[in-house]
Amino acid sequence: MSVLPAILRRLGALAVGVVLTAAVHAQGNLEIDTPAISALKQSMQKRHAQLAPLYAAGAVGLAADGTVALRDAAGVPLAQRAQVTSMIAAENADRAALYREIARANNHPEWEGDVRRTFAQRWVDRAQPGWWVQQGGKWVQK
Amino acid sequence: MPVASRWFLAAALALSASACVTINIYFPAAAAERAADRIIDEVWQLREGADGAPAQGSSQGEAK
Repeated sequence: MSVLPAILRRLGALAVGVVLTAAVHAQGNLEIDTPAISALKQSMQKRHAQLAPLYAAGAVGLAADGTVALRDAAGVPLAQRAQVTSMIAAENADRAALYREIARANNHPEWEGDVRRTFAQRWVDRAQPGWWVQQGGKWVQK
Repeated sequence: MPVASRWFLAAALALSASACVTINIYFPAAAAERAADRIIDEVWQLREGADGAPAQGSSQGEAK
C-alpha cells in the first residue's frame, strides 16, 4: 500500500501542471512578436498606402476568406490593371504567410485555418465606411 | 495490492494524457482576435498618436 501515496503525490503535481497550462492558455496572448511576423506587417503596412485608395474606390474589396480581391475591374484604369493585380497577389501572399507564421509561432501549425478565419472576420468588421466587404457570398459596402 | 495500483496508475496516466491533449489543441479564439486587432491596427495604422500622424490619412477622407 506504500505505492498509492506516491502515485497520488505525482498525480497532484501533474494536476497542478495541467491547471497552470490551462490558465496560461486561457489568459495568455498569442505570440506575434517574431522577426517573420514583423517583416510581414511592415510589408503589408507599406502596401496599404497604395491599397487604401482602391478600397475606397471599390475596386478592391475584403474577401470572406481573409484575402483581398479585385471587386470591380472597371474601377481601375486599364493601364494600371496589371499593377493592381500583382499588388493584390502580393498582399494575399503576405496574408497567407502571416496566418501561417502566427500558427507556427505558437507551435500549432494546424491553427492556420482558425487564424485565417479570425483575421477574415476582423478585417471585415474593421473595414472603414465606404469599403466593400464580402458577406455571405455577396459584396456589401460598409 | 499491486494489480489495483497498476490499474490506478494506468487510468491516471490515460486521464492526464487526454487532459493535456484537450488543452493543447484548443484554439484560443479570444487571444487570436486580440492578436488580429493588434496587427490590423499596425497594418492599417489605426492607432492615433503612436508615432506621428498616419502617412496616408488624406487619401481616405477620414472625418476628424
